[in-house]
Amino acid sequence: MSEAASALSGAAYEGGLVRVADAGLQGMVTLRGDLEAEAIRAAVREASGCDMPGQRAITAEGDAAVAWMAPDEVLILGPHARAGDTCAALEAALQGQHHLAVNVSDARALFTVTGEDAAVREVLAKLAPVDLSPGAFGPGDFRRSRLAQVPGAFWMPQAGVMRVICFRSVAQYVFDLLCTSAAPGSRVGYFEA
Amino acid sequence: MLILHCPYCGVMADETELHGGGEAHLTRHGPGSSDEDFHDYLFAKENPRGVHFERWRHVQGCGKWFHAARDTATLEVFGTYPAQTTEPPKAIRKAITAKRPGWTWRGFSDPAK
Repeated sequence: MSEAASALSGAAYEGGLVRVADAGLQGMVTLRGDLEAEAIRAAVREASGCDMPGQRAITAEGDAAVAWMAPDEVLILGPHARAGDTCAALEAALQGQHHLAVNVSDARALFTVTGEDAAVREVLAKLAPVDLSPGAFGPGDFRRSRLAQVPGAFWMPQAGVMRVICFRSVAQYVFDLLCTSAAPGSRVGYFEA
Repeated sequence: MLILHCPYCGVMADETELHGGGEAHLTRHGPGSSDEDFHDYLFAKENPRGVHFERWRHVQGCGKWFHAARDTATLEVFGTYPAQTTEPPKAIRKAITAKRPGWTWRGFSDPAK
C-alpha cells in the first residue's frame, strides 16, 4: 500500500491578506440516493454522527461533517483513515436501498483559508459568483460553485475560516488562485464594516 | 448577465455557473418515426425574438437540469421550473401572460385561452 499524500503536501502561503494552506489528508465519501428516505438518513447519522443537512447546508459533529451537494447527493467528511470504513458501513446499512457510496478522498483537494473574516470572504468573493456578505453566507452554509475556471465548493466552519474543496487535478491551480486573490495590496474592503 | 434561479438548490445562479442546453420541451422522435419527424426533432428549432423556453444545467453547482422561460430580446426571466415536465407549468405561463399578453410559443400560449 502506497503512502497517502495530499495534493500539495501541506503547501502554505502567508504574507497576503489571509493564510492559504493545503489542509492535508481529508476523508470524503460521496453518497447519492433519496435524501428523504429514512434508511438513508439513518445510515448517514450512523456513519458520521451528523444529521442530514438541509438544502445548501453542512452539519458537523466532532471530526465529521455532512455537506449537501445536490437534492440527491451528500458529501461525508471525516478522517482520511476512516473513509474506507465509512463507505463500507454505508454499503452494509443500505443493502436493498437504491444508493451509491464512493470513497473520493484521494480525488479531491482541500484548502483552508484563514484570517480576518472580511478578508477571508473577500478572497473567495473575487473567485466565485456567490454573495459572500455576512448576511447571505455564514457558518453552516455550504456552496458548490466555480472558482474562476474550475468547479469548487466551500464552507465556513467558523468566522474567519473558509474550507475550500476542489478536484485534485486542479489543486495547484486553485491554490495559485487563492494566493493571487490574497496577494498583498489587493484588498478591496468590500465586506469591511 | 443572465441570472437564473435554480429550482433544485435554490440559488440565484449567475450565467457563468450554468450551461445552456438549447430548446425545452422537445419531443424525442426516435426509432420507428418518420424521416420528417426525425429531421424536425434534430434541426427544426424555434429561434424567437421574445418569449422562449430553454433547458439549462446548473453545471458548476448541483449539476441538475432545469427549464427557464425568458425573453430573448430583453433577457427578462419569467421563471424557472424543474425538468420533470413535458410542458410549462400553468404558473409560468400565467407569469408570461402578465408581461407579454397574447404570447405563443410552439403549441403553448396563455393558459386562460
